[in-house]
Amino acid sequence: MVTIECRNVWKSFDRKSVLRGLNLKINPGETVVVIGQSGTGKSVLLKHIVGLMHPDSGNVLIDGIDITKLSRNKLFELRMRFGMVFQGSALFDSYTVEENVGLALREHTDLPDEEVKRIAEEKLHMVGLDGIGDRHPAELSGGMKKRVGFARAIAMDPKCVLYDEPTTGLDPINSDVINNLIMKLSDELHITSVVVTHDLQSAYKVGDRIVMLYDGKVLFEGTPDEVRNTDQPIVRQFIEGRAEGPIAVGNAE
Amino acid sequence: MDATAPGATFTRAFREVGATVLGFLRDVGGSSIMLAGVIGRLYELPRTAHQTFLQMELIGIGSIPLVIVTAVFVGAVAAVQAAYQFQDYVPMVFLGTVVGKSVILELGPVLTALVVGGRVSASIAAELGTMKVTEQIDAMEVLAIDPQRYLVMPRIVACFVMLPVLTIFADFLAIIGGMVVANATVGVDYATFVEGLRLFFYVDDVISGIIKAATFGVIIGLMGCYNGFRTHGGAQGVGRATMQAVVSSCTCILITNYFLASVLFRVIFYKGD
Repeated sequence: MVTIECRNVWKSFDRKSVLRGLNLKINPGETVVVIGQSGTGKSVLLKHIVGLMHPDSGNVLIDGIDITKLSRNKLFELRMRFGMVFQGSALFDSYTVEENVGLALREHTDLPDEEVKRIAEEKLHMVGLDGIGDRHPAELSGGMKKRVGFARAIAMDPKCVLYDEPTTGLDPINSDVINNLIMKLSDELHITSVVVTHDLQSAYKVGDRIVMLYDGKVLFEGTPDEVRNTDQPIVRQFIEGRAEGPIAVGNAE
Repeated sequence: MDATAPGATFTRAFREVGATVLGFLRDVGGSSIMLAGVIGRLYELPRTAHQTFLQMELIGIGSIPLVIVTAVFVGAVAAVQAAYQFQDYVPMVFLGTVVGKSVILELGPVLTALVVGGRVSASIAAELGTMKVTEQIDAMEVLAIDPQRYLVMPRIVACFVMLPVLTIFADFLAIIGGMVVANATVGVDYATFVEGLRLFFYVDDVISGIIKAATFGVIIGLMGCYNGFRTHGGAQGVGRATMQAVVSSCTCILITNYFLASVLFRVIFYKGD
């Protein structure tokens, strides 16, 4: 399990501030769901946690290690603790499903090929996909691609999994399959999970804690029940999905 | 102030020139850093042997048909042009000398690099650019796999190795093409052509051609990878990166060719006193 802490993180793109002094602590084994309007920096936050982006100022600490100060090699070592499920799955399209899931094992371990294949099949079985190892990503449906992305993310038994919009673009049934999978992985593997989503049903179901970003900062955090019952006008407008209210809709992407 | 006034036009032109120069310097710096990163990780090459051999096959074997057509016709036109300029002034025994020299020193390495560069740098930039915009490169980073080692190094090394091989193949085909055309159109028999070819044949010339080809190979691989990694903005971005990779590699090949020729023939292989 991993502790994640963001301290006063600022990030701008082309003079547009996305993160504006964000502070957030995620405790070991916790499943935190990050919600907020498009363009409030949810995916940017995930990329900072895993070192794909670096803050303009502020610190990102993983188990107490400030990753903004790590060398490239040390950062790669630290990333072994993470798995990430991308919004568009980001499967390597020239590789088969089995090669996608087994790639990290082939690169980072000396396991024989048969053992890598066995582990890849085991991970695919965990996400409910048996017998598709020989297929290419182009032959899979959106939901299957997401689940292969899950299998790839957990192939190296990470201590923390980051999910970037895991249910976006899926039908309600497939969305629930994904929600169950997030909960199953969290329970069975005892990992820290950070889920970025717009899908409130998903947020209420999988989250131990929900964090809402607004204006580049954490506006509100609490349990799913606290979010449901809050009087905070901005949170209420967001969870009720109203165009009218304190959130300036023109600012959304 | 009127935007169409001469002052405004001058300012805009000045700004655009400045932006172009800055962009060029940024690209030179960025690609140099990428190349330095690859050279610094060459000790990890055995770990990417599989990808490197795969790229060598794609780049080398895949370019053979293009190289055959280019080389044969380059040799043929070299023979026709030389024969036209020789008529009544220079003995035809020197036809083989001129075709051989021009092909080995210049036409073989440069034209092979330009045609292979167009094909390969575009293909690399499009592939890596698509991986970039679909977050596949980010996914690789999160899996703690260094994309510079896994994607860039095999491509640059494959180009570095395969360009000299393709160039030697192209030299051979161009000379054969020149010999056949010289025989068919000017009536220079094969023995005379070969005699002329051997008259001023130096191994140094072949070595300099190989050095040029290897350098051009690095440029082709580097420009493809650099532009692929800089891709942003979806399908349009991939198209832009692909075009930029071809333009950059061809431009860099032609500029580098001049400096390489100066260094190789005026310093390293200089035969004067």
